Amino acid sequence: MATSSTDVHIGPSGTAPESPSAHLTPDDRVGLLRAMLLMRAIEERAMNLYRQGKVPGSFYDGFGQEAVSVGATWAMAGPDRLCVLHRDLGAHLVRGVQPANILAQYMGREAGITSGRDGNVHFGDPRTGCVGMVSMLPDMMLVAAGMAMAFKLRREARCALTWFGDGSTSRGDFHEAMNWAGVQHLPVIFILENNQFAYSTPIKQQFAVNPVERAAGYGFPGVSVDGNDAEAVFEATRVARERAISGGGPTLIEAVTMRMHGHGAHDDMKYVPKALVEEWRQKDPIDRQSARVAALGIDVDALRAEVRAEVDAAAKTALAGPMPDPATATDRLFHPREAEEILLEDGQAPWSGFQVPS
Amino acid sequence: MSEMTYLRAISDGLRTEMRDDERVLLMGEDIGVYGGAFKVTDGFIEEFGADRVMDTPLAESGIVGTAVGAAVVGLRPVCEMQFADFVSCGFDQIINVAGKMLYRQGLPVNITVRLPSGGGFSGGPFHSQNPEAWFMHSPGLKVVAPSTAEDAKGLIIASIRDPNPVIYMEHKNLYRRVKGEVPEGSYETPFSARVARPGTDLVVITYGAMVHTALEATEDLDDASIMVLDLRSLVPLDEAAILAAVHECSKVVIVDEANQTCAAGAQVAALIAEYGFEDLDGPVVRVASPDVPIPFSPTLEAAVLPSVDRIREACRQLLEY
Repeated sequence: MATSSTDVHIGPSGTAPESPSAHLTPDDRVGLLRAMLLMRAIEERAMNLYRQGKVPGSFYDGFGQEAVSVGATWAMAGPDRLCVLHRDLGAHLVRGVQPANILAQYMGREAGITSGRDGNVHFGDPRTGCVGMVSMLPDMMLVAAGMAMAFKLRREARCALTWFGDGSTSRGDFHEAMNWAGVQHLPVIFILENNQFAYSTPIKQQFAVNPVERAAGYGFPGVSVDGNDAEAVFEATRVARERAISGGGPTLIEAVTMRMHGHGAHDDMKYVPKALVEEWRQKDPIDRQSARVAALGIDVDALRAEVRAEVDAAAKTALAGPMPDPATATDRLFHPREAEEILLEDGQAPWSGFQVPS
Repeated sequence: MSEMTYLRAISDGLRTEMRDDERVLLMGEDIGVYGGAFKVTDGFIEEFGADRVMDTPLAESGIVGTAVGAAVVGLRPVCEMQFADFVSCGFDQIINVAGKMLYRQGLPVNITVRLPSGGGFSGGPFHSQNPEAWFMHSPGLKVVAPSTAEDAKGLIIASIRDPNPVIYMEHKNLYRRVKGEVPEGSYETPFSARVARPGTDLVVITYGAMVHTALEATEDLDDASIMVLDLRSLVPLDEAAILAAVHECSKVVIVDEANQTCAAGAQVAALIAEYGFEDLDGPVVRVASPDVPIPFSPTLEAAVLPSVDRIREACRQLLEY
């Protein structure tokens, strides 16, 4: 059932190759660009803060992979649920997490999403319907499958989505989740974020057969898309979501991209051929979306300036915030019986397709 | 009240809670049509249907991981590991995903994981383990271990209602051997210790199947007055009850069926050494399985698991101290 890499991101006949989806309004196209710009600006600022010694530990970013998280999340409805990976900051932004809280998170401050209990993009804001990852990959594939299982048992028209990397496909939880989702025909979308390297290990040492081909073995479709094209990722996810909520079962989407920075800020990436990085720099997802948006007559430079100003203000807010009180280090280990039940809430869903016509 | 086995009491608790709360569902291998390897869920699929008595793929990580996902969107899954030993295959999801979710993200994970544990019937190295200490050492998990039919029902109900991940240790060697009066309807057993038999000369502190072994070993021991304290809950550990028993008796024998090193009893011994030292009238004595896999052959297994004779001898020596 695996389809070729060109099947998904070609729109209906008459759609220009530059517009892989027929379901995006001009506002959507600008929104996709804005979210990607915001992700990059936040991560660039965080990298600077790291170099200034204000981000403890290391720092991990998704430079060059912005289209994968932003494009996919754009296709998700408010009641859908997401398990977000560490190079997918764009998912949090689309769902409504504030930049100041994200920068505070990186710096281990009280206002971070985890209040300093975890770092980096290891967070999920329950108020946006997102669950943060753990470092054992791809554990969240099973959690996403479990959410989808609950939706199916309750006969709700919702789906779950999660991302994982090429290295994750070597672990058993990949198999357990793919098999479980296939057996139970779950409304779940698995996005394999193939960025060519798992830390320093290239994909040729990770698998003998591309994992997207394995989907057929689990009884559901696997499709490859250009992971550096936000509109193509959106379209593939939109189609997968339609399938999921109409009872069609899971989809594996391989978003083909490239990790443009080291595994973390500490990694000089000397194991990656420079020519490969240069080749992928020409395919930058923000450049591509900027060209589309500029063709709509939008002033992209003004948009960049607006985003930069937003991140400047967010950084100022985050830096002014306190570190967590050491006295709270042992708090919140168990939820009290008498306390209110906490469940995931709906996140933002800005795609025009979800907006009620007024 | 009606008399039932420990096993039926677990079933009764699960059935009661499933009738009361439609969010509760059971997940595990062979629990539906077959009714479970030990028949704990026998007849459940007829009453509750295959959606709520879910026969899963043979995938322990999958069972726990999907249960976590279902829990954070509002269900209350009860996972059965077919044998406690197999939980090692689902360990990561319990330790890293379920156990740390609330602390990290403020999101409680209301799952219960049932672990049929323990030896005594030639189950061999992979069907006899007592892995409770693995979970005691990992933050964010509660661990309970009933020894009686009444507590088996009350603790499974309390575990399901607790908003946190609870590891429920059910001892296979108690399933059909232990019977007791069990209240009708819904009730909860608190996550605290219970005095199984009062006494003043020495206290045996233990839990699970070893409560019964300890009671038998000390039933008539040289006219000594011997208390048996049944911990029932290992996390949280009822420190007040332990220290009160030490204060009352001054001599302590701690019994674990689990392998000795870093077992639950080691934590109890450390607690007493730190906070009960002034009350002691002798060394804290431990009886546990030596640090070897649980062997298959009956003569070897009997040589490893704590026996009535070993406990009796340990108590006798300490009484003479």
